[in-house]
Parts: sequence; structure tokens; C-alpha cells
Amino acid sequence: MEKQTSPYKWGMVIDLDRCTGCGACVVACQAENNVGICEKKEISEGRNMHWLRIERFWLGEYPDVRVRFLPVMCQHCHDAPCEPVCPVYASYHNPDGLNGQVYVRCVGTRYCGNNCPYAVRVFNFYPHEWPKPLDNQLSPDVTVRSRGVMEKCSFCIQRIRRAKEEATAEGRLVRDGEVQPACAQTCPSEAMTFGNLADLRSRAARLARSPRRFHLLEHLGTHPSVIYLKGGGREHV
Amino acid sequence: MSDAEVTVKSATRVNDELLSSLRPPTLAWYLLAFFLGVVVACGLAAFTWQMMNGMYVTGKNRPVMWGFYITGFVFWVGLSHSGTMVSSILRLSRANWRRPILRAAEAMTVFSITVAGLFPLIHLGRNWTFFYMIPYPNQRGLWPNFRSPLLWDMTAITAYIIGSSLFLYLGLLPDLAVVRDRTTGWRHKMYAVLAMGWRGSAHEWSVYHKASTLMAALIIPVAVSVHSIVAWDFAVTVVPGWHSTIFPPYFVIGAILSGVAAVITLMITIRKVFHLEDYLTPLHFDNMGKLLLVISLLWTYAYFVEVQITWYAHEPIEWEVFSFLSSRYTPQLLIMLVGNSLLPIIFLCFKKLRRSIGVMLVVSLWVNVAMFIERFLIIVPTLSHKNMPFAWGSYSPSLVETLVNLGALAGFVLLFILFAKFFPIVAISDVRELDVRKAEVPMGRTRVPSIAEKE
Repeated sequence: MEKQTSPYKWGMVIDLDRCTGCGACVVACQAENNVGICEKKEISEGRNMHWLRIERFWLGEYPDVRVRFLPVMCQHCHDAPCEPVCPVYASYHNPDGLNGQVYVRCVGTRYCGNNCPYAVRVFNFYPHEWPKPLDNQLSPDVTVRSRGVMEKCSFCIQRIRRAKEEATAEGRLVRDGEVQPACAQTCPSEAMTFGNLADLRSRAARLARSPRRFHLLEHLGTHPSVIYLKGGGREHV
Repeated sequence: MSDAEVTVKSATRVNDELLSSLRPPTLAWYLLAFFLGVVVACGLAAFTWQMMNGMYVTGKNRPVMWGFYITGFVFWVGLSHSGTMVSSILRLSRANWRRPILRAAEAMTVFSITVAGLFPLIHLGRNWTFFYMIPYPNQRGLWPNFRSPLLWDMTAITAYIIGSSLFLYLGLLPDLAVVRDRTTGWRHKMYAVLAMGWRGSAHEWSVYHKASTLMAALIIPVAVSVHSIVAWDFAVTVVPGWHSTIFPPYFVIGAILSGVAAVITLMITIRKVFHLEDYLTPLHFDNMGKLLLVISLLWTYAYFVEVQITWYAHEPIEWEVFSFLSSRYTPQLLIMLVGNSLLPIIFLCFKKLRRSIGVMLVVSLWVNVAMFIERFLIIVPTLSHKNMPFAWGSYSPSLVETLVNLGALAGFVLLFILFAKFFPIVAISDVRELDVRKAEVPMGRTRVPSIAEKE
């Protein structure tokens, strides 16, 4: 892991015991980040643009069937496999521990997408358009990506930037809970908690110390910034 | 030696026969060139279509973000190892039977690496920004990322294109002079420029021999590095099924396997088309067959090691890739194993079969089909079943990708037949050098070799 050069280390804690799989986060993310609107054909070809997906796993036999949900977005790894393979530095690491993606720099080798173990990088196979009333919904803070470039969850970096600017203007650090990405803001069961993991008193950092914690594909040593919580036992399924 | 009859021929006759390929093209040549041109045009049209519309015209998706283009890339880079293997290694080991083949092998190297170099550009999502990857001081204030294997690729391929072109050109020099002396008009002027004033003096020959030995020795590490780096594209990732330390040597062996097989196919074609039966004798096929047999055994060993270790470790995700591969792509896997291992190992053990042109044609063509499949099976099944089972997918090539690959094949053949029309496809000076070396001159009461073999 790199030396900490910034007072922030953004991270998210997702409590799987709270997740109901409602999909509100997926919709919120799509609306916030100008994520392309996909047709049925596009999705059936495996080219959907969702930055955040809810993985659904069925357990058990009828009638005793249970379902498990796993929201997966970019894990903002501290040793990210996608970063060193990009030939043009479109995929890079910023001092706040975020895994950045520079759309205008991307030439579309899709190497990062292959090397991402979480398969969360989405490629603009199609040129995307926003039909008439929907174009009013486009966020001016977020680039609209052209076809041929890779994109992925940014932890709503535009919100983080704004919060940091406001905090700097007032001569302080960003307060805990002052900024959160669209998914965490929308989650009705408050399964997602976003915060500064470098601040040990932040809500996210306190939750991240839970004994229920785990990382996705922890054995790969990617050191993700997303921490999942999951209790054992059937009552938690 | 069985090719002793060659020595009987006079120098003029050898020149005449070997330069027969430069005579004005026949109708058949024009028809072939036209046909190849049409296929190349189809490939170009397909590529343009893809550039105008977007990558959705290919079969790629998430998670299979690489497909037929990268398969083609690895395949053509592999094929380009023909020249190095046949020409450099055999030159350094003083295998005289290499002489009639080396020119064709070197030319094949140059053309296949050129074709290979196009694929990484074709497969880009935004092809028009390819220059972002070139390291030069620019107004964007950006420098490419040399930690990325793709940059290593670009560096290695550029080095190999330059190196193998120089190697080919150096070998051509004395032959260009021969052609220059036998042509008139604009052709004479062109060859005069290309021959760079070669006169054939003893000093020139001495420098030429030193330079070609040096080039032969220098091109080998470049060739090995090129395919190792192509292997690193896969081996340095964290993708199960790619992340394997055996990949670089395994890829180099595979490259030489397809390269040697392609040289055999080429030898058969050239022999037939240019009537070079006197120069490309069954002896040559026998030796090439032995070479192919050895490389095929090596490939089989490397493949066995790769699969055996994975099977023994039985790491769930990695084993999933292999089980998916063998269940979804069973026919392809069988074609690959028969073509790369079974067929060459069984057939090429027998001298009679190695000396049979028909058998060699079937074996060499099958090896290359199998090698294309091998590359496909390395790339696609692995990406289809990566770490997250929820995001598994599949891939089948689209028409556009197939057309671009066919266009590349046709483009390679077109470049080759153009080369064969304008330049001597059999190295005259090397063949004649052998004749001179073998000829005996009377000295007193005895006959001694004309030139003492340098050691």
C-alpha cells in the first residue's frame, strides 16, 4: 500500500444483513452519473452500463428458498489490477485512495476491464443518447462519455470534490456524513455507509472494524476500499 | 548429399532458374492478386464500419472484452517467428539445407509481424486516438504508462519490425545486385538504388558475412522477447487461467511451432509455383519435419505441464476455467490437440512421411489452424469465466471480426506474392555459395575443396 499523502481515504461499508436487494442504488447511480440508457438488446448482449449491480444468489430448495444480495461496484482497490495495465494512464490512483478514470484519455484497449477481478468496468460498446425529455436530467458535473471508452463507479467523485472545495473554503476538513455517493444516499435500509476511513472516528471506519467484515476476493490482495459486513447463521441469510 | 545434382548446374543457369519468379506476371498471378485485393478491401470495409459505428459490431461484451482481434494478433506474432528460427538459428548452426528457404522465411517474418502490429490498433475502442500510446513530447503533457504490458508490446513489435526488415534487406543485397545486372529500364534503376552499389568485392563479402552473422545472433533475443512480452500481456494479470509463469516460454514455443509449420507450407507453395523442385528437395522437407517434430514435442510438454499443474492444484476458480473450456469448446480443443501434438508427433517420426510433400502440407496447415484455435482458447474461455460467477458470459465472433481476420490473412498473402514478384524469393547468393563451397578444384594430383570451411 502507498503512503498516505492525503487526510482522506474514502471507503464504503455495505451491510449485507441490511440489504434488501431493492435496486434503488442502481437507479440512483444511473441518474447521478449520466450512465447510458441501455436498450433491451444491449442488456441481453451483456453490454449493460450499470456501474453498480446487485448480484442475486438463490439458496435452498422450494419451499425453503432464501435469497442473498450482493451489491458490487468498483471496489476502489489500493493495489488495483486495472491501473498498471492501462497504457495511457486513463486508469490511475488519486491521493484520496480513489481509483480514477480519465475518459478523454482512454483509448479503449479494454485491458483494465479484463484485469478487473470484480468485472465492474463497463465499456461503451454503443454510442448512447438521451431522448428528448431525459437530456434535461443529465448532470452538468459529470462528463458524458463517448463510445469506445471505459467507465466505472467513481464513488460520485463530483460530490466529493464539491464537499472538499466547500470545506477548504471554510478552512476545515470534510465532516463525517457531509458527502455520500448517490447509492448510499438512496439506500432505504441504510445498508451503505460512506466515509473517510482515515478518520478512525467516522461512522464508516467504526463499522469497518466490525467482526462481520470481509472484502470481496480478499485472497487476490487488491486491498479494496469497499468493506462488506455479513453475519453468520440462518437468521441473517 | 542428395542435392549433389545442383552443383552440376552452371552459375548462369542457377541465376536464371532462381530469378524466374521475377518474370512478368501471368494472368493467374493477376487473378490471385485481384482476389486477394478484394478480400483485403472487405476487411478494410469491415474495419471502417466498426470505426463508424462502435465496438458493438464485434461479438465482445462484458466480461469478454478481448476476442478474435487479440487472437489474430497473437497468432500473427507467432507466425513471425519463422524467419528467426529457420534463418538465424540455422545460419548460426551452419545448417546448409536452410539456404533455399531462408529468404521466404525472412520475408514471412516481416509481413506477419506487420500484419500482427495492426491488430492492437484495430481493436481499440477509439482507434483515432492510438497516438496517445506513442511516447513523444506532446502538447497534452502526457507520457504513456510504461508499466503496462501493452507499451512493452508496442516497443518490442516496433523493434522486431525494424530488426527483421534490416535482416531481410541485408540478406537481399547481393541478390539485388544480381537482379540489377540482369535488368534494364526503370527496373534496373530501382534495383541499382536498392543494391546500394554492391560490386561483390572480397572486402564487401567479408563485411557482409560478419554483418549477417551478427544480425542473425541479434535478432534471436528480440524474437524471444517479442513473444515473451505478448505472453506477459496475459501472464501479468490477475485473471485465473492467464496468470501463469509458464506462459512466456510456452508462447515462444508455440510461436516457433506455428512459424516452422508456416515455412513448410510456404516451401511447398513456392516449390510448386516457381518450379523449384531441384532446390527444395525432399531432404529439406525431411529436415524441416524433424525440426517441427522437436518443437511439437516441446509444445506438448509445455501444454501438459500447464494443465497438469492446474489440475493438481485444483484451485476452484482456475479449474472452473479449464472445465468450462473443455465442455464448451470440446471440438476446438480436440482439433488443437490433434493438430499440435498427435498428428505431428505420430507422422513426423517416419522418414517416409516427412519426405512426402502431401503429408507435410496437411500437417503444416493443420498445425497453424490448431495454433489459431490455441490462442482463441487461451483468451476467450478465460475471460468468459472470471472470478465473479455472477458476471460470467460468453463470446462468439461477429461477421466484422471474421472479415477483418480474413482480410489480414489475404493482406499477408498479397504482400508476399508482391514481394515474390519483385525480389528473388530464393536466396541466390546463398545457394551459389554452397555450390562453390562444395565444388572441388584440382591441385597437383589431388582434388581439394574450393573453400576451406571457416570454423
